[in-house]
Amino acid sequence: MNEMKSGAQPDATLSVLNPMGYPPEIKAKTPAPRLDTLDGKIVYLVDCRFDDSIELLKQVGAWFADNMKAVETRMISLSSTYQIDDPDTWKEIAAKGDAAIVGVGH
Amino acid sequence: MSTHAIELEAEYSVPTMALHTDIFHNVVKSVRQVKGLPEAPHAFVPQPVMGKSAAQLRAYVDGDDPVTGRPFMQEVIEGLTQDQTANSDGAFPRTTPRLVDPASEDELHQIFEDNHWTDYLPIILPTEERVAEMLSHTSHKADEVVGRMQPTHNRGYWEYDVEKVAVNAVMAGCRPEYFPAVLAIASAGISARGSTSSSAAAMVIFNGPVRAEMGINSGIGAMGPYAHSNATIGRAYGLLSQNLQGGSVAGTTFMGSQGNNFTYNSITFAENEERSPWQPLHVQKGFEADASTVSVFYGLRSNSFCLGVREYWREHVRDMLLGIEPNTPPVFLLDPITARIFAEREGFDTKEKLIRWAWENAQMPSARYFDLQLIQNYIYPRATFGEEPFASMLATEPEELIPMFREAEINIVTVGGEANGYWHIHGGHYRGTYSVDDWR
Repeated sequence: MNEMKSGAQPDATLSVLNPMGYPPEIKAKTPAPRLDTLDGKIVYLVDCRFDDSIELLKQVGAWFADNMKAVETRMISLSSTYQIDDPDTWKEIAAKGDAAIVGVGH
Repeated sequence: MSTHAIELEAEYSVPTMALHTDIFHNVVKSVRQVKGLPEAPHAFVPQPVMGKSAAQLRAYVDGDDPVTGRPFMQEVIEGLTQDQTANSDGAFPRTTPRLVDPASEDELHQIFEDNHWTDYLPIILPTEERVAEMLSHTSHKADEVVGRMQPTHNRGYWEYDVEKVAVNAVMAGCRPEYFPAVLAIASAGISARGSTSSSAAAMVIFNGPVRAEMGINSGIGAMGPYAHSNATIGRAYGLLSQNLQGGSVAGTTFMGSQGNNFTYNSITFAENEERSPWQPLHVQKGFEADASTVSVFYGLRSNSFCLGVREYWREHVRDMLLGIEPNTPPVFLLDPITARIFAEREGFDTKEKLIRWAWENAQMPSARYFDLQLIQNYIYPRATFGEEPFASMLATEPEELIPMFREAEINIVTVGGEANGYWHIHGGHYRGTYSVDDWR
């Protein structure tokens, strides 16, 4: 390949290989049933501990306190960094809560 | 973060709303698709959250979603109370075609650029002939799986085989005899096109006979564009990363806020073993001296620089280490002149002794250390979870000096041609050392 021979004239049609890898398998998931109302429900505010995310969630909690007093919000922070799965926290939310708001990141 | 929300939603049956900042809207869409729930409820606030006052953040909450224009909290409440459309399979195609549709040479160059398959420098088109010639320099079959890669956590691993690596090596201009070195890098599965908003780069260091065999520069200009193998192998690492992981497109699969010029070549060079007073890097990492290896580092962003080692060198090096962002450990890159001063005049007759000195002397008051945003994001949560040594560091008094780095994570490499005793300290995570011989 010293001279990078293509084997074609300048105006000829070339066939070349695609450089992209192979995408992952995707397993379709099903969302949870929605709540009829948030009144009387416990909504967990889940702090992902990324770039001061808890500060925004505090304001979400304040909004509920001001505008939907029938909703109880509970702040909870991930056990470690946002990069790590946190099943103990998920179990606690599923056992004690009705819904969750997770923030803030990507 | 979408991953956590979808986990709660689908695996724990908790109605969940995910909050993001608007700059990530394309990333969020991609992650939701990869995780199998494209319709997972979500809402956006303006970027940034970090550094904003409580009043400013309350205005975000009281205001509109900047992506949809709808009231933010209305979207939050509807996301928890209104039925979500069940997902159907097929968000992504499951295969990648082997060939690009035939076209003229000029058209193909445009197609590659339009598809974001290049680094916007001219490429060599990967014809069947060129790829076959590349493949002839390894004993491994074209369809053997080499590894898997993703731009960042939770984006979904893409897979690639020997032929796919060869395609990217051709594009970068590699000579076919370099192919085992490129395969060894690809086998690491570490992206040189990570999507981190911090714009990190990789660094690639060769050791052993491969250096002379492939002409990989370790002397004058080793970290610059002065050797064909350094230039093209480093470029191949970048191209194979962006293409084999499923893309590196600004705003979607790449979110580095400022970008990083090191990513053009991933700082690819060889250690100057012959002029070093110390054990070479690959032997430190457990390989025989006559093995050909490549070591991969990631996270290169911070850098400090010096000439020589004079009377107050201890103070100067402490200052240099304070300039390295503490979430990323230091890698000393020493010209042989400087390496020998440390070894012969200052008594550091092994790399390990100089590493110990650096670890003991790179210190910062506890309060300052934990105030750093990257430490808040990546170390502080681990400290509060009880992980050592971070938990003990967090328990110190605010003014108490604590180590900025972990000793085992500091590295030293000798590189340069002795034109002068210049040297650098880069922040860089050591990710591993990989055999080139295994890919011959």
